[in-house]
Amino acid sequence: MSEPIIEFAEVVKSFGSQQVLAGADFAIQPGRTTVIAGASGQGKSVALKLILGLLKADQGRVRVLGKEIGNLRGRALNELRMKFGVLFQGAALLDSLSVMANVALPLEERTRLKAGAIRDKVLATLEQLGLSGHEDKYPAQLSGGMKKRVGLARALMLQPEIMLFDEPTTGLDPEKSLEIYRLFLETQRQFGYTAVIVSHDIPKIFNLADQVIVMAGGQAQSFASPEDIQRSNEPAIREFVRITMGNIYLSRDAENDS
Amino acid sequence: MLLARVERLGERSLYILGDLGRMGIFLLLAVGGLFKHPFRFAEVVRQTRLIGANSLPVIFFTAAFTGMVLGLQGYYTLRQFGADSALGSAVALSLIRELGPVLTALMVIGRAGSAMCAEIGIMRNSEQIDALECMAVDPFRYLIAPKLLATVISLPLLTLIFNVVGIFGGYVAGVTLLGVNPGAYFAGMAQSVVDADIRMGIIKSLVFALLVVWICTGRGYYVHAIRGAGFGAEGVSRATTQAVVFSSIAVLLFDYLLTAVLL
Repeated sequence: MSEPIIEFAEVVKSFGSQQVLAGADFAIQPGRTTVIAGASGQGKSVALKLILGLLKADQGRVRVLGKEIGNLRGRALNELRMKFGVLFQGAALLDSLSVMANVALPLEERTRLKAGAIRDKVLATLEQLGLSGHEDKYPAQLSGGMKKRVGLARALMLQPEIMLFDEPTTGLDPEKSLEIYRLFLETQRQFGYTAVIVSHDIPKIFNLADQVIVMAGGQAQSFASPEDIQRSNEPAIREFVRITMGNIYLSRDAENDS
Repeated sequence: MLLARVERLGERSLYILGDLGRMGIFLLLAVGGLFKHPFRFAEVVRQTRLIGANSLPVIFFTAAFTGMVLGLQGYYTLRQFGADSALGSAVALSLIRELGPVLTALMVIGRAGSAMCAEIGIMRNSEQIDALECMAVDPFRYLIAPKLLATVISLPLLTLIFNVVGIFGGYVAGVTLLGVNPGAYFAGMAQSVVDADIRMGIIKSLVFALLVVWICTGRGYYVHAIRGAGFGAEGVSRATTQAVVFSSIAVLLFDYLLTAVLL
């Protein structure tokens, strides 16, 4: 097995008296799709922010692309972050910028490309994501699904090695959710990035996953498939299965009984 | 009971210390953002328009009526001593040394400072600042530094405009309405106002500009760290209230300190 692209080792993170991660361990392999699942408040988004270096672990190590991100500052941190693309839950588009300006922002700020080349690249990406003709609109004029697509376009501009998706389908209807998943598969095929998806869209999201990490009780457990999760004897994992995958779990139990 | 009170006091003290530390670091990073590349010239121009040019109507209005009130009050006070010819110097010195810088700063806090705080707070809540950091874009250079520079450019200019409009307001009340000699109004002013007075007004307005933009953007940037507010609309609302109250108090406090040092 190759060197993990992201690795958590005994990571502890607390906010005041509330301990969110209590020695979480997991590893994510390059080129694969990993889903981080878990009930609310179990530290999924905290894990994502630790990977991005937006938060620092109280104890333990978070290694990303072979570097301990908690120890990086300034230019070294920026260089590492340029290898990430992030699609935030609400897309996090800059309200005061048009779609064109939002998507062009990483290229304008982090490359030496000329304005014409940036424009061409942005227009090509917008076309690929079905956003042609919307370049001059502002985020407030877009639907939730369109905002996510613009966010995806912006995240892909620097051709990231790792794409992080924070609840990519929250607030979208099933049709729009499928569209986002289709775009995810298409762009992953094109760019070959490692994907980390934090999602509540369970069990549907498992169709995309090579690996599932369930966060529960401050710990993280890795599973190769949804079936492995269902077979777990850990009380916290069983509770998670009962809440999120109840129907499948119960029906399979019934099948086994009969 | 007593122990609980001591505990609360300690907790509150730690929170205030932490907050002061955060704000101190914020100021250093914001000033540092001015010297990082690429420099956002167009954004500085846009912010100067928003903070400076768009504040002109309220500055005109406030300055005109402040000057007129000074003219009225000054005339009736000075007349008791037969010194109504000193009205021009009284109005000019009051405006240039004190009222011009202070009232301009307070007006800018109300009009632009609150808006800056709300804008940054909403950007924090909707993860726009996180998004900038993830794109390796320094939010201090990208967001805060243009506002800082625009305010430092705008506030002294607005103060000068305030002073000029205020002096003419005093002229309208004192000369046009109450019959003070126009020559005496301007001659007294020319004799009594010296370079040091104008320098004091400009220094004050520069310091106030720094205070206003520091406190207003800082409260918005750390909206999530405000005790008991958290993320969301309530957090932004509390941050904006704090920004206006704290920066107004800071302006008045520093006005006293600067006057004591510069006089």
